[in-house]
Amino acid sequence: MSGETHEVVHRHEAPTSFIRKYIFSLDHKVIGIQYIILALVAVLVGMTMSVLMRMNLSWPGTSWPILGTLFPNGAPAGVMNPDFYLSLVTMHGTIMVFFVLTTAPQGGFGNYFLPIQIGAEDMAFPFLNMMSFWVTLVGFIVILAAIFVEGNTTIANSALGVALGGASGATVGPIGGWTGYAPLSAVGMAAGPGQGAGMNLWIVSIAIFCIGSLLGALNFITTLLNMRTRGMALMRMPLTCWAWFTTAVLALLSFPVLLAGGILLLLDRIVGTSFFVPGGLFFGSSVLTSHTGGSPILWQHLFWFFGHPEVYIAILPGMGATSHILSTFARKPIFGYRAMVFAIFAIGLLGFFVWGHHMFISGMSPYSAMTFSILTLSIGVPSAVKTFNWLGTLWGAKIRFTTPMLFAIGFVSLFVAGGVTGLVLGQTSLDLPMHDTYFVLAHFHLVMGVASIFGMFAATYFWFPKVFGRFMNDRLGKLHFWITFVGVYCIFVPMHTMGMVGMPRRYAQFTEYRWLDTLHPLIVFVSIAAIVTVLTQLLFYFNLVWSIFKGKKAGTNPWEATTLEWTTTSPPPHDNFAGVLPVVYRGPYEFAVPGATNDFIMQTEPDASEVPATEGVGGNGQDGHKH
Amino acid sequence: MRSRQPKGWVVMARMVTSTKPLTKTRIGGGPKTGGPNSNGSPRRNGHGRGFPDLQSSANRYRIGMWVALASILMMFTALSSAYIVRAASANDWQPLKMPRIVLLSTALIIISSFTLEAARRKWKDTVSDGHRRWLLVTMALGIGFLISQLLTWRQLARQGIYIASNPHSSFFYLLTAAHGVHLLGGLAALAYLLLRARAPQEDELAVAKSQAGADAITIYWHFMDFLWLYLFVLLFFVR
Repeated sequence: MSGETHEVVHRHEAPTSFIRKYIFSLDHKVIGIQYIILALVAVLVGMTMSVLMRMNLSWPGTSWPILGTLFPNGAPAGVMNPDFYLSLVTMHGTIMVFFVLTTAPQGGFGNYFLPIQIGAEDMAFPFLNMMSFWVTLVGFIVILAAIFVEGNTTIANSALGVALGGASGATVGPIGGWTGYAPLSAVGMAAGPGQGAGMNLWIVSIAIFCIGSLLGALNFITTLLNMRTRGMALMRMPLTCWAWFTTAVLALLSFPVLLAGGILLLLDRIVGTSFFVPGGLFFGSSVLTSHTGGSPILWQHLFWFFGHPEVYIAILPGMGATSHILSTFARKPIFGYRAMVFAIFAIGLLGFFVWGHHMFISGMSPYSAMTFSILTLSIGVPSAVKTFNWLGTLWGAKIRFTTPMLFAIGFVSLFVAGGVTGLVLGQTSLDLPMHDTYFVLAHFHLVMGVASIFGMFAATYFWFPKVFGRFMNDRLGKLHFWITFVGVYCIFVPMHTMGMVGMPRRYAQFTEYRWLDTLHPLIVFVSIAAIVTVLTQLLFYFNLVWSIFKGKKAGTNPWEATTLEWTTTSPPPHDNFAGVLPVVYRGPYEFAVPGATNDFIMQTEPDASEVPATEGVGGNGQDGHKH
Repeated sequence: MRSRQPKGWVVMARMVTSTKPLTKTRIGGGPKTGGPNSNGSPRRNGHGRGFPDLQSSANRYRIGMWVALASILMMFTALSSAYIVRAASANDWQPLKMPRIVLLSTALIIISSFTLEAARRKWKDTVSDGHRRWLLVTMALGIGFLISQLLTWRQLARQGIYIASNPHSSFFYLLTAAHGVHLLGGLAALAYLLLRARAPQEDELAVAKSQAGADAITIYWHFMDFLWLYLFVLLFFVR
């Protein structure tokens, strides 16, 4: 903090009632934690589903009595039927992508730390911020309802189930995959079990989620543009803020498209329009006569126009957190700050022009496929810039191997490992045979799923002392890191092999496919790795809860970091800086500055040679570079 | 004499690799003048009263509105692209004959933009009641627009044209409904402007915020006006 005296002005008092303070709170910090709790709950549901899927894949036909009790129709006598498996695929994907990968990195950490890092006392529109969380929560409840309206015969056959479009009771949700491809998603029960009431609720949930995300994105952008504190020029912001900002822009421009698509799909289902359903479809032996002339490909275009930016919505905050944490624990300025900012923008911008690479086999013109392919491969350039700069940051550094640092390095590793196969899949000729195989599965799980989550793990271990004033247990954290790190590679590297052999995605079991029999040991190996990795996450949950109460106490700036959140108390007061907004004098990553007394200089520390407000900016190592 | 101007790629390379603060040149909403190191934000918080100054605090409503409009625009862009793709994807596309009453809708909403602008101009004028009066006129025109749209629907329904009748009618009902819902939001915002207690004139911050809020709502309404004109052209002239 600068040593000047300030007139202390409290703008808004902290609420005192329990409900306004912890439930319907306008405080961005509380809302951020609420988002993270939502993600922590949703990820449990998603992980449970993935374990169920792995069990069915590796030990098909085994009876799991619990499943038989819970879902007598979907798993008669405890043996999962294929429809049940497909609904697990769908709900696992939907819940993970929307309610985990979109909520935690952006709504959670972004909400908590963006205002503090730019020196604001709250978001620009606290009420909209609160609404964005509660709307998202309603979306989550609706998606859970989709599980039960399909999975539970009592609900499914009740008036409610019938009113929602009829349900089968043999699945735990729709079976069309998280992409909800038309026409299967658009024709209701004719398309199979789970596609009735469950699909309706699925669409409604996604639409609600879109609205919640839009409110959040609106807030992020306005806050960042309007509420930076004195001295916080754009190029002095931590890279996390750049990442959250770009993510918000992506969300703002891509979610409306999904919303539009969802509305069209719902109309096709409910009022019988024909946006996506072509005429003359056969289901079984009967022809569908209620629709004519729609275009199923149109849905794919609308969906993936959203779907591809969504990938970056999931991972950009992880990139920001990684850059931030690598620099802090390498005790070096981030290598090429400006290049990092441009790379984030380039990735975000290019992300809008590559959606076609999800649709290479949809019969698109080879010329458009080639355009999409070239644009897709060009994303490799800013990605490589980022990777190079992360390595440059680590080069020659005296690294402090704390738990957050381990996870940040893990992020770099996973991002490279998962991203490289993107270059394979981005080429039309290679994508055609690889499409819908385990290769694709391995690719996007590594890069979009696991890497993003590693970014969030890093962020959790890193910022936990700020949020709760206590450290998370380091020993448990390191154990968690190593098992998870080795575990995810054990899960996803073999999947590349399976994909190259030709094992298709979304098949409930491979017992009918003799030529895949040789892969069975590998399938079992992956399942065991997955179960161990999932169980290890319980360690993380335990550490999280235990450390809130029993963790080692942390001071204001336990990591010796430089950005604004470390100038205020842990946890920060209601208005973040106790009524005195900080003034920023320098860039965010001033570590190892020659001639400085400490090995780091806070953003709020004025220069000794501070020249008052006119001219006179020298290149005297202000942004921490020492060339 | 040889020009010393470096080549374009050299400039770009320097931008990316140089270590001098880029913030001397302004980016986005970045600082204009003053501040620490002369490249900080022009705002005086941190010193002085310890909270953001009037203009920037009020500006967030305008910025927020433009950001929100970007996302609304994206949604209608998506629907338009669906419209164009669907029109070309099968031969069941039968464009509606334009119901005459749509012209009335169009006229009403165009006039409402002008009356709202009149209200906004009178905003500072606390002596006369012009602001509120023009607001009322605008609201009446807005409600008139919605009624006229509903009448269009009824007229079509009488002819037996419903949302699922053919793809063009699907889009007609959908786009008019989507626009109508947004306009309804605009009407609620106008009602809020009308009913809101005028800020006490001595509290500068409240006045600035109040003005910015009114501006934001005006921007929204004009946007809805243009959006309707666009939809009108799309629905009845692009087909």
